[in-house]
Amino acid sequence: MTRPKASWLSSLTLSLLISACAGPEESPVPVLNWYVFDERSGAFRDAARNCSEQSNGRYRLVFTPLPSDADQQREQLVRRLAAEDRAIDIVGMDVIWTAEFAQAGWILPWPDTRASKATTGMLPAAVASATYRNKLWAVPFTSNAQLLWYRKDRIDSAPETWEEMIDQAERFGVRGALQVQGQRYEGLTVFFVSLLSSAGGAVLDRSAAAVSLDETPTRKTLALLKRIADSPAADANLAVSREDQGRLAFETGRPVFMVNYSYVWPSAKQNAPEVADQMAWARWPAVVKGRPSRVTIGGINLAIGAYTRYRETAFEAVECLVSASNQMAAAQKGGLPPTLQALYSTPEVRERFPMADTLLATLKSAVQRPRTPVYNDISLAISHTLHPLTDIAPDTDTGRLRSAVNRALHSEGLF
Amino acid sequence: MLLVTAYPILYALWLSLYRYDLRFPEQSRFVGLANYVSVLTSEVWWQALVNTLVITLGSVSMELVVGFAMALLMFKASFGRRTIRTVVLIPYGMITVVSALAWKFAFDPVTGFVNALLNLDRAWLTECWSAFFVIIFSEIWKTTPFMGLLLLAGLTLIPQDLIKAARVDGASAWQRFRKITLPLMTPTILVALLFRTLDAFRIFDTVYVQTRGAAATETVSIVGYNALIARLNLGLGSAVSVLIFVCVLIIALLLIKGVGTPLTRPRRE
Repeated sequence: MTRPKASWLSSLTLSLLISACAGPEESPVPVLNWYVFDERSGAFRDAARNCSEQSNGRYRLVFTPLPSDADQQREQLVRRLAAEDRAIDIVGMDVIWTAEFAQAGWILPWPDTRASKATTGMLPAAVASATYRNKLWAVPFTSNAQLLWYRKDRIDSAPETWEEMIDQAERFGVRGALQVQGQRYEGLTVFFVSLLSSAGGAVLDRSAAAVSLDETPTRKTLALLKRIADSPAADANLAVSREDQGRLAFETGRPVFMVNYSYVWPSAKQNAPEVADQMAWARWPAVVKGRPSRVTIGGINLAIGAYTRYRETAFEAVECLVSASNQMAAAQKGGLPPTLQALYSTPEVRERFPMADTLLATLKSAVQRPRTPVYNDISLAISHTLHPLTDIAPDTDTGRLRSAVNRALHSEGLF
Repeated sequence: MLLVTAYPILYALWLSLYRYDLRFPEQSRFVGLANYVSVLTSEVWWQALVNTLVITLGSVSMELVVGFAMALLMFKASFGRRTIRTVVLIPYGMITVVSALAWKFAFDPVTGFVNALLNLDRAWLTECWSAFFVIIFSEIWKTTPFMGLLLLAGLTLIPQDLIKAARVDGASAWQRFRKITLPLMTPTILVALLFRTLDAFRIFDTVYVQTRGAAATETVSIVGYNALIARLNLGLGSAVSVLIFVCVLIIALLLIKGVGTPLTRPRRE
């Protein structure tokens, strides 16, 4: 009785194994896998299809979505690239990954002639985000930076400085009148870097090999963060608020000010038209009066995986993906700001981004997050030291922050 | 056995003595115990250890009490015994990630039913103590049946004659439970505790899914994961893994010693 059963079972297992392990059929056209975050509007999928068609059968581009969470995207890519995965042809990288991926040899540098051609007309800050050690490692595809959003029915003109803005917000006597990012995550590091560079400081020195965090700007930034956190205008949930909590709060109509990305505008138009009618935008307020603010740049750069089977074709495909028509589509359909400067004056982009001029001005003077292979560690060190904002002690925390960043820079300790 | 157990363990030990970061493979070098010093002097490790112990003690102690009740129920049930045993086991049959996600959604202030049920307006997973509560609760919900099943096996081994004799002597239900059932169950209880404590100490999936270590709920496994997978720092991460292994070993030794005593005592008396 048991024998036939056992053989039946083992043959079932074997057949399952065989069917599970059968690879995809070999196709004569090289298939390029494009790993990038899961873009929901379908703009990236369209771009992949357009480029495949334009290639006349030289390659077929497949859009392969990664998890929506940026940390998980990086974890998945890094794990596979460290194992020399040959199936990763094109990588959609967050701007902060460039140094790490380049240093580890997971992506290919762009040859000089190709590089200058591919980045013609692009925002210098975006190109800088894809550059490491004087080489271009990726081509900027989309960009982003925060703006100040405020209620024009309650405020006559946008405040010039943060101090001024906090004063104004407090006058309304509403908890949460000012919406910023205070949770312990990447967004808190972004917020800190923007404030610090607006105050004239930097996390690392020019060589990116040593800690900068000069006394005066760092102390000023920490004092400002402390004031925001202790202010009666701060949100009660500041310790856990991210960009999206800010957007949702603003749509309730209670907040007066918010620092956030441009996606809040179409969202408000759809969810809370009466709030959107009263929404206005401006550049981020200054930290030091008379010194224009500098906001952190974000976005996606496209790189070639170092272990790809089709190097030349992959370069070609990336050049096609970042072309004006695909960037335009990503802007119009997906709401992702382009990296080609000329597009900001086209009617199509201006219709989708009425704030195009403010956004372009912000992006032109944007600041980079520390460009070092250990950025991830440094970001964790910063957000862990600063969180929760209410506990900041500006006098002593400058030193704490400096030693935490220094430890991270030398890959020491846990986070 | 050697290949699949001893080799990885020894390799982790070996790695933990090196500065080895996958991002800078050319900088690898022998650093002795520096990784251990780095881990043991960091407040992150001690905080995570305390968190893990809180979760372990909280969940295992509740599981023991509720599991015992479940075992008694399964044992005493006079009708529908099979149905009860099957129903009780359902949570244990569920994949941990699924149950963690289910409870995460249940406690969510927007989509969950818990706030509506208790008439609260609380973001459970954003504050330290309520987050611990949700994590421990999910653990209890999921693994109590396992505890119940193990204890049931112990209950069936108790000679019914003893109970009957005690009843004839006029012992109350509580006395029978305390003087007969519990002492005879001690070895089973200790084995069940051993299994569950070792399991609970290595908790990863529930915390990863529900908070990802935010709100100060990081456990030692999450710390190891962050060092190994997110930062690719194999040296530091291996040191964490080895330390977790040592902790598990200590727990196992303590409990096994506990199991040893009651097994020998009855013979002496």
